[in-house]
This record gives sequence, structure tokens and C-alpha cells, in this order.
Amino acid sequence: MSTLAINDIQKSFGRTKALQGISVNMDEGEIVALLGPSGCGKSTLLSIIAGLVPQDKGDILWNGISLRETPPHLREFGLMFQDFALFPHMSVYANVAFGLKMAHMDPVSIDQRVNEMLRLVGLPDFSKRDVNTLSGGEQQRIALARALAPHPRLLMLDEPLGSLDRNMRERLVIDLKRILHQMHQMAIYVTHDQEEAFSIADRIIVINAGRVEQVGSPKDIYSDPATIFVARFLEMTNIIPGVILNRDGICQAITPLGNFPLETALEGNIYLLIRPDMARLDDSNPIVLRGIFKEVTFRGSNQRVSLMVNQYPLIFEFNSQVALPSSGTEIIISLDPHSAMKVFPNQ
Amino acid sequence: MILKRHKWAIFILLWFPPLVFLLLFYFYPLGSILKISLERSQHGLFSPFLDAFKSPITWRVLSFTLWQAILSTILTLCLGLPGAYLFAHYNFHGKSLLQALTSIPFLMPTMVVAVAFNALVGPSGWINLGLRQLLNLDRPPIQFTNTLAAILIAHVFFNTAIVLRMVGDYWSHLDPHLGQAAQMLGANRWQAIRRVILPVLSPAITAAALLVFIFDFTSFGVILILGGPRFATLEVEIYYQTISLFNLPLAAVLCLLQLGCTLGLTLVYSRLTKRLTIPLALKSHKITQRRLTTPRSKMLAGVLIAFLMTLLILPLAALAIRSVTRLERGFGQQMATSPTFTLDYYRELGTNHRESIFFSSPSTSIGISLGYALATTALALLLGFPAALALSRDADSPVNQGMDALLMLPLGTSAVTLGLGFIVALDKPPLDLRASWILIPLAHTLVAFPFVVRNLAPALRSIQPRVRQAASVLGASPISILRYMDIPLVGRAVLVAGAFAFTISLGEFGATSLIARPEFPTVPVAIYRLISRPGELNYGQALALSTILMLIACAAMLFVDRLRIGEFGEF
Repeated sequence: MSTLAINDIQKSFGRTKALQGISVNMDEGEIVALLGPSGCGKSTLLSIIAGLVPQDKGDILWNGISLRETPPHLREFGLMFQDFALFPHMSVYANVAFGLKMAHMDPVSIDQRVNEMLRLVGLPDFSKRDVNTLSGGEQQRIALARALAPHPRLLMLDEPLGSLDRNMRERLVIDLKRILHQMHQMAIYVTHDQEEAFSIADRIIVINAGRVEQVGSPKDIYSDPATIFVARFLEMTNIIPGVILNRDGICQAITPLGNFPLETALEGNIYLLIRPDMARLDDSNPIVLRGIFKEVTFRGSNQRVSLMVNQYPLIFEFNSQVALPSSGTEIIISLDPHSAMKVFPNQ
Repeated sequence: MILKRHKWAIFILLWFPPLVFLLLFYFYPLGSILKISLERSQHGLFSPFLDAFKSPITWRVLSFTLWQAILSTILTLCLGLPGAYLFAHYNFHGKSLLQALTSIPFLMPTMVVAVAFNALVGPSGWINLGLRQLLNLDRPPIQFTNTLAAILIAHVFFNTAIVLRMVGDYWSHLDPHLGQAAQMLGANRWQAIRRVILPVLSPAITAAALLVFIFDFTSFGVILILGGPRFATLEVEIYYQTISLFNLPLAAVLCLLQLGCTLGLTLVYSRLTKRLTIPLALKSHKITQRRLTTPRSKMLAGVLIAFLMTLLILPLAALAIRSVTRLERGFGQQMATSPTFTLDYYRELGTNHRESIFFSSPSTSIGISLGYALATTALALLLGFPAALALSRDADSPVNQGMDALLMLPLGTSAVTLGLGFIVALDKPPLDLRASWILIPLAHTLVAFPFVVRNLAPALRSIQPRVRQAASVLGASPISILRYMDIPLVGRAVLVAGAFAFTISLGEFGATSLIARPEFPTVPVAIYRLISRPGELNYGQALALSTILMLIACAAMLFVDRLRIGEFGEF
């Protein structure tokens, strides 16, 4: 089984530290998402893995062998750009066949493979088309077909759905996942969109300012964000500053929302995360908050409720069917500290 | 959206000014001179044609013209393409100065170039002087003038700027992802360039190569002065037949032959560019350019820059230095010794001796040339912009292709014939312009405005039609679209085109020498007169004037480079 090892990659541009020591291991057939805000270094990392940009420190190893001396065209890695970068002077066929031609494949095999790829991406009759006349979604598929045709050992996708509309994005991300799994393709998927990352990845690496914040499956990351940054990035906005006091082995959290007992190893200044998806609209859970209901945003499958507790704004998500009081009146929320709360250190 | 009717109206409106201009100041004079020439033939209208085609001279001259032009173009591309790559991709200290300097040779009158090369590699040029001193020789070891090598090198010297600018500019906006995508698909650097970059660049390369070829094909001064009596192109032969032998019928046939070749070339060009117009997503320089980092790239860049500077700048530097150097000849000595610094030649320019061949001091020619150049620039832009606009809107229409070919005709026509045509045709009202100052700017505009169109049309073509449509939907009339979209977006191209028109006018010699009134000489005419006279003082003044012309051109080019209006990134 093939493995890719990215060891402690560091890269600076002038005084800006773009990557501050990134390490990842990947196995054959895995889809890993690099998730992070714009400018966090993820595209730089892709360029380094591709060999287009040299790293300052660290190494890329394929099956244990360093790729430092290997130029991009010999690494057998595929790269799909956000703006597709289709060759404007070639037809669809020639674009998809390019990598195969570089690999000195015979024309008959090239023909077979190109048609196979076009079928795979759902555009079987597009061979003779001029790439400049294709729509955004079609260009994306052709770019994918081109990158996949030479069966690269690793496929990197740099925000491939960035320039498409929402419906197209949601459809294509499903297609992408199916295709990548079908080909057992090792892939790195770079995006700033957390929904995309969750849809497509086996594992997610959350990156911020050149550093790894968390690594895990989508489910793990969502149910247990490792840092405040990850929580905020996942749009969990109920983050409250507070203090943990330890009296005779019993921990008490002092927060603007009130004081309550909490089981935690941390002490002193902390941030408290209250998950928006684990609350009840009654007082059945141990920790009860009373607040003023402000407004609700209907989002199809759920509804987002904004309320104020002790002048502190909070947001919770409930099932769409749940009945809500009228705006401006009191609302009761109860939380189970084990499932709904998490404590983070605050230096 | 614009109705079909309006579309035609706009079309005609755009083509009207350039068309009228061509009719009055190209077809009419040319027709007049051809009519006069062929009327003079003794044995009927077609006998000159038969005589010309039976004569071996015609074929010899034609074949020489063709293959020296082909060779020159290839050599120019060999130097120009790597240079364009360097300028397109890298930022380095002194880059804009270097760019301006390498553009200057293109704008130099042949006179200046001949003098400059003479000052460097001529019999008493710096190199020969140095070698004679070093090796104690009697005679200058390097024979440069009157050789084919001189012609080729001078052509490369002149035309590399076209490739550097046209290809370099286009290349500098090319999406770097294209080359990277090719590499990720298994192409090494050279394959990526050959299979992806060069094909995408081919419109610019073809356009530049064609222009270079046409200039080489119609080359006159270089062949005459640096090539000497052994070599003759069509233009030189026309000159001899007209001025020396008064064989106007033969000159007329040769002129038509030259014209036919140019027309053929332009048709080929139109066909080519039709297939190659690719709407490119253009990226700003912030994305496409970077500093030189690796030692290898620095070394390669250094070698290329050294080569560029040696060929393109050294002759000019030799000229400038020679213009402030007096070589004292000792008694009875063959060799000139002990050069001293002097500003005498420049001082002489401002004085007017009583027996001067001028009616005024040579320095007044500078003001005259500048005035003509400004008029030419205004005219060329006024005519060239609508033509470029029309060409950019619908490149495929046969009318546009025909007009495109028409526009190139003046570039391919013998300057001597055109000059004669002006004198012969424009002497009757309502076009009695013999006494008018506008005659010379008109002649210069004939040569300059096709070049303006060539520069502007690609820039206009590269504006995505969406941008115009968006403006139109927001309520912009076609005039507003022109004002707020087309003009700002191509502002830089307009400036570059204007600067070229300006400097072409400054340097034009062929037609001007025939048309210019003796009391109002342009700078190239003044230089020619000074050189034709013997004496160190006259030669020195010619050097001084040439240096001044060179400095003005350099300033014009620097101005264009510094003023980055309408850069895509800022938009």
C-alpha cells in the first residue's frame, strides 16, 4: 500500500511565515481535506507537494523515498486548479489526452482512456468541443478528467468548486466523491468551505495561519473541536469567557451566564463553548438558562434561534417543528454539560 | 442590445476616417505615380511588365529580398523570444531602464544606425582602434561594412524591440497555471513551453514575426549604406531606377511587385490570426512576475542581458561617446591617437555659418521634428483607434479582413514611390498641399497608423465581451461604453501606440527626404546632409544630432513604461 508522508514543512515568503511545520500522513485511497480560511497556507502547501515551489524546511516522502530532487513533471501527482487552467488552444479531447501523451502512451490506449474518463465525468460526447465554449460546470469536469486520466498516485484539488454556484457545487461534490472512491484515488482536497470538506473527506486537517489546528474524521471534528479556532470555523458561535475555580475538588465555572459546576481538568481563565445543537427547550437538563427570545431564522431542516441570556447573545438550533414563544418573551434552555459544553484554555 | 441596423452604421462610422485617409493620401498619390510611370513606357502599357519579368535582375533582386528578410526574421526571433521571456516573467533592478533602452534601436533612422555601427566596428571605430593598438597592426582587422553580416545584424538590431514588446507584453499577462498544469501532467519545462505556452502565444509571435518580416522586406537604408553596392533589395532597386536611371516604368513594375508580395503576406496573416484568436483570461503582473531567485536563473538572465546590451546598446553607447570625443591625428600618422573630450560638436549645432547648407542652424531641426511628431501622433491615434475598434469587434467578417489587409499596404509600399507620389499628386486644389506643413505629418501617419492599429486591436480584442454587455445593460450608450470601458481598459496600449507613432515620425527618412522643404529639415534629413559633407566638424555634428535624437526617443519610451495606466491588476 502506498503512503505519502509530509514531514514538518516550513515555508516563508520574506518575513511572512506561510507554513510553520505541517506534518500529515496519508494512505492509498484516502481523501484528506485541508480546511482553513483564505490565506492560511493551504494552496502553498499544495504547490510544495506538487514540486512547483520549494520548501524551506521539511520533506515530502512517497513510500519512504524523498521527493526533494524530483521535478514536478516526474512526481506523478495530479493537480486541479481553481480556475481550471484548461489549455485554450486545444480541444476537450486533446486536453484530456495531454498527460497520456506525455507518458508516451500509444494512440489506441489514449483513445480508450480519454473516452473512459469523459464517460466517468458524465460528458461522453464532448471530445471535439472547444474548451472556450464550455460552461463552468463542464470546464470543471473536463479539468477533473484531465487530471485523472494519467492515474496519478496522488490527486490534489485546489478549491475546485470555488467558482461554481451552490446547486452545482452540491451536486458536483457528490459526483467527485463517487469518482474518487471508484478509482480508489488518494486525494488532497483544499477548501475553505466546511460543508464541502465534511461531504467529501475521510479525514480533515484544519489549518490556521500555517499551523495544524486539528486532524480527524468529519464526525470527530464536529463533535469535539480541539481549539477555539476550529469551533469558530465550524460556526459554533456560543463562546463565552469565564473562570474555573477549584474548591476542595469541586470545579465551579464562573461565567456571565451564571455559575455552575463543571467537570474539567483546567483551571483559571477559560473559554466555554456551548454547542448550538444540543439544547432542549425545557428544563429537563441539569443546567438551565433563562433568556429573552430575540428572533428565529428558518433554514429548511432546522431553525436557528437567537436569544439573550444576561445580555449575552447565544444561538441554538432546533428542529423545525418545535414551537417557539413570541419574540421578546422569556425562553428556557437547558443543557447537559457532558454533551453540550466544552472548556478551552484562555492564555 | 444594438440592432443590426445600428451595428452597420457604427461599422461604417468607424471605418470611414481611416478609409478616407487611405484614399486621399495613399491610393491617389500611388495611382498618380504609377499612371505617370506607365504612360512613359515606349512600347505600350504591358511591355514594362514583360520586360521586367524577363530580366534576370528582377528575380535576383526578389529572391535576395525574400531570403535576407527570412534570415533576419529568424535571427530576430532567436534573440527576441528569450528576451521576451525574461521581461515577461521577472522583475529586477533596472528593468524599466533596460526595456526602454532596448526599444530605442527600432526608432533610430538608418542614418544614425549606420553612423553608430561605424563608430563601433567601422575602420576607425572603437573596436578596430583598440585591436590595432593592442596587436600593433597597420590595418583595421575587422571588416564590417559592405557585408551581409552587417545587414543581418543591423536588422536584428532594429527589430528585436518589436518582438520584445509585442510578445513580452502579451506573455507577461499569461496565466501561470497553464504552464504548471502542463508540468503536473508530465511535461518537462521545454515540453510545457513547446506544447502549451508557445501555441497560446502564437498570435502575438506571428504578429510580431510578420511585422519584422515586412520591415526587413522593405528595408532600404540598411541595405544601401551598410550593405553597399553589392546588395540590392526591391526598394533599393526602385530607388536606383527612379533617382539614378530615370527608368520609371521598371520602377513602377517593381513597386507593384513589392506591393503584391506585401498584400499576399497580409492575407496569410489575416487567415492565421483568424484561427488563432483565443479569448485569454489575462492576469495582472502581480501574479505573473517574480524576482530572480536561484543562482542558475540569475546567471542565465545575466548572460541574456549581457548579450542584449552588447548588441543593442553598445553601438548606441559608442555613438554617444564618439559624439563627445575628438580624435587628434598626428602629422603623417595613419592611426588616430589621443582622444580628448569635447563639446564642440554640440556647440556647433546651435550656430549657423553664412555658407551653411541650411537656412538656419541644425538645432532648429529638432523643434521641427518634434512638431511633426506630435501632429503625426495625434493623427495616427485619431485614425487608428476607430480602425482598431472595428477590427476588434468582429474579426471574422470578410469586410474586416479586407480592411485589415488594406491597412498594412502603406507599410509594404516603397517609401520612395510614396514620396514621389505626394509631390506629383498633391499639387492641385483642393489638395494642393505642396506648401503646407501638414504634408510631412501626413506621410508619417501613413507609416505610423497601421502600427497603431496593430498595437491597439489585440488589446481591444482581449476585453471580454461580457464587460461591454454588462455596461450596456446598465444603460451605457455605445459612446459611453467607449468612454468608460474601452478607453480606460486599453489606456496603456494607447500610450504605447502613441509613443511608437511619435518615434516613428521622428526617425522617418525615406519619404521625408523627398518631401521636406530645404528650409524646414527634420533631424534625420539634417543628419544626412551633415554626413554627406566632408570634414570632422560636420561628421561630429551629425554624431551630436544623432545622440540628441537617441535621447529624445529614450525619454519617450521611459515615459511609456513608467506610466502604467489601465494595468489589469488595478482594475
